[in-house]
Amino acid sequence: MKLEGKVWKYGDNIDTDVIIPARYLVTTDPQTLAAHCMEDIDQAFASQVQPGDIIVGGRNFGCGSSREHAPISIKGAGVSCIIAESFARIFFRNAINIGLPILESPEAARDAQKGDTLTVDLVAGTITNQRTGKTYQASPYPPFVLGIINAGGLVPYTRRELGIDITG
Amino acid sequence: MGKTLAEKIIAAHNVDGAAEVSAGDLVTVNVDVVMANDVTAPIAIESFNAIGVGEVFDRNRVMLVPSHFAPNKDIKSAEQTRTLTRFAELQVLEHRFQVGRAGIEHVVLPERGLVLPGDLVVGGDSHTCTYGALGAFATGMGSTDIGFAMATGKTWLKVPETMKFVYYGERQPWVYSKDMILRTIGEITVDGALYRSMEFTGPGVAALNMSERFTMTNMVIEAGGKCGFIPFDEVTREYVEARATRPYTPFFADDDARYVSVHEFDLSEMEPQVACPYSPDNVHPISQIRPEKVDQVFIGSCTNGRFEDMAIVADILQRTGREFHPDVRVMIIPGSQAVYLDMLRQGWLELFTLAGAAVSTSTCGPCLGGHMGVLAADEVCVSTSNRNFRGRMGHRDARVFLANPAVAAASAIMGRLAHPDEL
Repeated sequence: MKLEGKVWKYGDNIDTDVIIPARYLVTTDPQTLAAHCMEDIDQAFASQVQPGDIIVGGRNFGCGSSREHAPISIKGAGVSCIIAESFARIFFRNAINIGLPILESPEAARDAQKGDTLTVDLVAGTITNQRTGKTYQASPYPPFVLGIINAGGLVPYTRRELGIDITG
Repeated sequence: MGKTLAEKIIAAHNVDGAAEVSAGDLVTVNVDVVMANDVTAPIAIESFNAIGVGEVFDRNRVMLVPSHFAPNKDIKSAEQTRTLTRFAELQVLEHRFQVGRAGIEHVVLPERGLVLPGDLVVGGDSHTCTYGALGAFATGMGSTDIGFAMATGKTWLKVPETMKFVYYGERQPWVYSKDMILRTIGEITVDGALYRSMEFTGPGVAALNMSERFTMTNMVIEAGGKCGFIPFDEVTREYVEARATRPYTPFFADDDARYVSVHEFDLSEMEPQVACPYSPDNVHPISQIRPEKVDQVFIGSCTNGRFEDMAIVADILQRTGREFHPDVRVMIIPGSQAVYLDMLRQGWLELFTLAGAAVSTSTCGPCLGGHMGVLAADEVCVSTSNRNFRGRMGHRDARVFLANPAVAAASAIMGRLAHPDEL
């Protein structure tokens, strides 16, 4: 599966309070949450993000609160993938569980600049920066996590594992 | 090779029955308690329903606590709480947590003996790591993971590496476990324990009461940690024996357990610590911080909303005979209704109210900028809570300083950031 999108670049320790402030946690609707995504750190993001765009973060992306609303708001905003130097662990699980692709690649994250176009091959785990032509290999997922990703998230994965969804 | 607390508790809950696990192993475990709150439960319930098993794995072990926007702050939050309470009724959950009878999950669950030493707990709240003070493996997860655990009674985990923290030396006046954990986060930074377990040990930790122990493990997540532990001892036993709702088995780290790093702290050299905006690792000793004027002081939260925290504030007011500064909004919010009742019986509701504080029923409210004390742009707040990210307690340009209850009380009295010795 290949993705292509423009980069929105952020720094280290982007916490889930700035991704989606708690004042908006009175809804679980992805579109409503998306309208306020990144609001406290980048007020242009929600209005200018295009479907397929890619968020690039530094270290410890998604730290803080366990709110799943954070990756939901990012996915709801149309972001196709997040690339970071490292991810906070709860955020990492949440993104995988809701089927939001997320890749760890310190070099790709550091080299990317706002507005760059990246091509991401999720199966190969490669990221190519079209501005520089450079290709990076992201950290591989453990096989079990790959199973969740391939199923499209934890809910469909579990339905299949439990034999509830025999078509999956 | 010996085992850490995380390795031992995970091994004991491993569904494959393997007697040993080691850091890095990916395992599926049985969980003892699954928790969620009014923010995380609605999505967890949605995921649970989508999985389609019908009933929760064990109606005694799923606990849904309305805390963040409780008492409901608006119609939307009321609807989220309704989702939670209706689900609890439908599933005939044994333990119910109603406004007026409960409070903040991380204060209430230990208080009622619902989480116990040796347990493996997953909670839809990042501060679930608090229960590590009891010697439980407890970790925060998102809602879909919680929905999965509610349905199956299981979760998957990567066995974490463990960092060891040793505290020794005589504690100085006005220094509490809040200062110990802030200093620790300041040293290792907000991703210093990423994906790892933190074991807190040494005479400085053994000397802490349970309330202070919860404060310490509460903030493990602020260093990126997966879980934290304070070893089970007589202090733990005494707290738990009076409350335990079921049998439990404490675990102990082996002397030759493998730690990725060991960090030592001399308490005799530690003064009260303050985390400055906008990060819990921007920590400085209070003597090195400009004594800024404050607009609001918040004393409460899952970090410092327990009886012993309130006792620190009461003691300062009683000993000095002072009132809070007239220009400061002082919010004092107990972590549970049990704490509220104890405060009432001690005469502290009157003491705090006469001193000029707004004392309310239990809620997470102001800690997350939810309600009950939201900050305006450029306002300054001293808070006993756990996070001072941009926008955390209100406007993105408000500034929050995290401190212990004594520093918060002193600042509330002086109208500026203050050391309790200044009173």
